[in-house]
Amino acid sequence: MIEVSKVRKSFGDQVVLQSISFSVEAGESVAIIGRSGTGKSVLIKHLVGLLSPDEGAVRVEGQDLVGMSERQMLSVRQKFGMLFQGAALFDSMNVHENIAFPLRRSGVTDGAEINRRVEEVLGLVELPGVGGKMPSELSGGMQKRVGLARAIVHRPQIILYDEPTTGLDPVVADSIDQLMMRVRDQYSVTSIVITHDMRCARRMGQRIIYLREGQVYLDAPAEEVFNSEDPQVSRFIRGEADLKEVDFS
Amino acid sequence: MSAAKGELFSFVIGMGRVALLACEVVRSLFSVRPNWAEFIKQMHFIGLKSQFVVLTTGASTGMVFCAQTFYQFHKVKMDNATLSVVGVAMTSELGPVLAGLMVAGRVGAAMTAEIGTMRVTEQIDALRTMATHPVDHLVVPRVLATVISMPLLTVLAWVVGIFAAMILASSLLGIESAFSLKHMYFYTDEEDVLMGVIKALVFGLLISLISCYRGLNCSNGAEGVGRATNEAVVQSCIAILVSNFFLTLFLRSLLYPG
Repeated sequence: MIEVSKVRKSFGDQVVLQSISFSVEAGESVAIIGRSGTGKSVLIKHLVGLLSPDEGAVRVEGQDLVGMSERQMLSVRQKFGMLFQGAALFDSMNVHENIAFPLRRSGVTDGAEINRRVEEVLGLVELPGVGGKMPSELSGGMQKRVGLARAIVHRPQIILYDEPTTGLDPVVADSIDQLMMRVRDQYSVTSIVITHDMRCARRMGQRIIYLREGQVYLDAPAEEVFNSEDPQVSRFIRGEADLKEVDFS
Repeated sequence: MSAAKGELFSFVIGMGRVALLACEVVRSLFSVRPNWAEFIKQMHFIGLKSQFVVLTTGASTGMVFCAQTFYQFHKVKMDNATLSVVGVAMTSELGPVLAGLMVAGRVGAAMTAEIGTMRVTEQIDALRTMATHPVDHLVVPRVLATVISMPLLTVLAWVVGIFAAMILASSLLGIESAFSLKHMYFYTDEEDVLMGVIKALVFGLLISLISCYRGLNCSNGAEGVGRATNEAVVQSCIAILVSNFFLTLFLRSLLYPG
């Protein structure tokens, strides 16, 4: 369904991604993990065409996004829903309007149908009755849930999660994990999660891709990764620093 | 000297990119249904809420220009020509330029700050992932609203400026109002009015395109938004002043072929 082939991306002199290749099948749930600064967010933005690689190809259902104009990419993007790290809710719209936005963009014009589906997803993320509130009136966790509701309301085939639990307390992070699992199981969507929260990766990822220094270091089923004896992988999973690698200066 | 060269170079490159944005706006206008709800919201913000600042500027400029013209003309006993000069200057030059500068400061800055904040908080990326082109959703309504509002605001500046000048002329400067009004109608041609309207349209287009472009391309968080807002206002003002000179020459040769 999604194929990333030899993607390379740099910003100025800084090479962020170096010849990354992997593929994700329809219905699969993949977690991409790695330390901060390894290019996880840059990679996820390539999957939906928000960034274009310097070299390589990104194919979604066989369509190569590289070289497509912004307008050509719009039809490909209708297959996607994306939860951003900071939720990225439109602050000029209330919660109802935010969630209704992708529905309207996908061609739903019937007001009653829009209201029904907005209420349905707000119920799913356990936030009934907040439709009239503005994003600034919500807590960080509530904003993430509204972001999730907005990402799934038009029933996309693929959902991308960019650091869904970062900055949240463990209880709220747990609720977001459970919501993502519920969405994955209820709608049978393809899910790609970028995270460095190991609990989130373990729960969401049937397969784990470990990025290190802009390259795929390990791409394997979740159990294999979490039981790996490779010191690089096991240290990262346990959250242990290698003092030789840490620069305190 | 080299810094000035660099500034000029980046200004010219920026203008080239603004021209590309203008092409994308035209393409959107002919292929996508405009976002009318956003357009109405922008008309309210740009057209309606800019009235006070344009009204104040128009009245102040009309009165000051009238007084200064009167003091010079009075020396050569041409008091009754004062309002004629005010009429021509307000319609073809001062009205559109001052309304443009005021709108660039009030509206252009707000546009850049709003779109720039959307950019740095990933709201524009969110728009794009929801199969929405930022130009269709954000730029086209703002450009349409500014291009429509600017001539209306300019007419407001004329009316208020000339009316304020008339009151000053008749009440304080002792100019016979009926006689000087007749002079003003005689010397202010339809071409002057048309020139002012065309200039206002062009200034509206420049302000909205430059401001939206700066907002769409800003980076580096709050500092980047601040810098982009500053650049948008400065570049809009420069664009208005430079284009005003060339528009005056071009429209003069077009509207007054003799």
